[in-house]
Amino acid sequence: MKAFTYQRAKSTAQAAAAAVKPGTKIIAGGTNLLDLMKLQVETPSDLVDINRLPLDKIEETPDGGLRIGTLVRNSDLAADPRVRQRYGVLSRALLAGASAQLRNKATTGGNLLQRTRCYYFYDITKPCNKRNPGSGCAAIAGFNRIHAILGTSEQCIATHPSDMAVAMQALDAKVETVNGEDETKVIPIAEFYRLPGNTPEIETSLKPGEIITAVTLPPPPPGVQVYRKVRDRASYAFALVSVAAIVDSTRGQIRSARLAFGGLAHRPWRVAQAEQRLVNAAADTTTFNAAADSVLEGARGFGGNDFKMPLTRRTLHSVLAEMART
Amino acid sequence: MDDHESNREPDAPIRLEVNRRTVIETGTTALLLAALPRTAVAADSVKNNKLPPPPVSVEFQINGRSHSLTVDPRTTLLDALREHLALTGSKKGCDHGQCGACTVLIEGRRINSCLTLAVMHDGQSVTTIEGLGQSENLHPLQTSFVVHDGFQCGYCTSGQICSAIGMLAESRSGMPSYVTEDLTKPAAELTDAEIRERMSGNICRCAAYPNIVAAIKQAAGMLT
Repeated sequence: MKAFTYQRAKSTAQAAAAAVKPGTKIIAGGTNLLDLMKLQVETPSDLVDINRLPLDKIEETPDGGLRIGTLVRNSDLAADPRVRQRYGVLSRALLAGASAQLRNKATTGGNLLQRTRCYYFYDITKPCNKRNPGSGCAAIAGFNRIHAILGTSEQCIATHPSDMAVAMQALDAKVETVNGEDETKVIPIAEFYRLPGNTPEIETSLKPGEIITAVTLPPPPPGVQVYRKVRDRASYAFALVSVAAIVDSTRGQIRSARLAFGGLAHRPWRVAQAEQRLVNAAADTTTFNAAADSVLEGARGFGGNDFKMPLTRRTLHSVLAEMART
Repeated sequence: MDDHESNREPDAPIRLEVNRRTVIETGTTALLLAALPRTAVAADSVKNNKLPPPPVSVEFQINGRSHSLTVDPRTTLLDALREHLALTGSKKGCDHGQCGACTVLIEGRRINSCLTLAVMHDGQSVTTIEGLGQSENLHPLQTSFVVHDGFQCGYCTSGQICSAIGMLAESRSGMPSYVTEDLTKPAAELTDAEIRERMSGNICRCAAYPNIVAAIKQAAGMLT
């Protein structure tokens, strides 16, 4: 690890003010940041520890939703009775991610901000536009089995690794932030993540010094909630493809549906047209195929990850068929 | 730090005269401890044209005893335990949170001690394998691992046992897992599938998994 100074934040505003300085990083759970610091992928000069700030509560909101403090641990969020009862897709997604030890440490805000697990991003001897802008992308012509098929650019084909964020995308979550001037902001999760484009090093719409304080969930939409994760091992592996689905149906007829995908792109992937194709549609193969066509519109494989296209289609079929039966 | 080190070219190779005899005479740990941190700090301070960051103080309860340390802020909890406090029961496997050999309990909850800084745990209580039982008075989980032969080389075992203690507490408090059928019910029965899923953060390269599951299952019955 490169040398850094360490300070414990006294308030959120103080942490945000400190984080404006280039080279300063906020540390919460630290499970991804310290991993990257050991490899010198991240080399902050100053660390600001926010773990002692009072941002670890889950509260009911007046509209019947939930407000999740940024320091709520992944394991606590997954186990919260309100989340299990009303936002099962979120609980399932959290439990599908990482290991119990990591979930005990990892936080809500940190999970949203975790970095890609692209092998070349992690290997500082290889070119990577995300780690070292302008150096090139070793993944495009390299081993790219785990990489993106949607929303890619000539600069970057990395995926976002979070399961939690995929469920939050389906739930229309909002990200609350504060900056060094103590100004607060609410960012819909659909506008939170960016595609790589020409600046893959910029992953979110957060400005320097802007800190996540909470994630709010609106009241749950009607329907059954499912999180399906397809991966190389039965446990403790990142998704090749994952689907967060909320489907409202009766007797083989779908009324409405929400679909968000993980493992396919630089951000959780949601396609409005795919969901529209499921509105008031019969739950049959033709409908599922039409939805899958919309999801995969513009998809492009890079050799090693071509299989993700049929895998996405089949996973979506399986999930929708199962949900329409219940 | 002495002048000789601070004047060294940043990219010059670090020469370590290591042979079989010096390793035997001094012990690998002592040799590496003496050589590595100082040269690493020297290289950084040369490159950044500044002194290394000031050391930080941390005080925590480890296995019921209070310990005060002054460490480089980079020191992970695992390195603080092993290198500063000689508690070498917690093992360094991958050092990246993938294998679980370093699992310890913070305030009763299991975490990977390699992926957290010692200074972040100021004022907290830490339980390691050394705090669970002694050779003549084993913790029920330790006994169960012996009875069921829940290991081969033993390197992952202290992490497995600390993790199992945290896992049983999570299970008793009603925490669900990925394989829990019904999330809306308070507690899931600890089936083999539940134990395997909940213990998936602890890798055993000898693949003693069937015996580890059996050991945990038996101990779970004894501990409830």
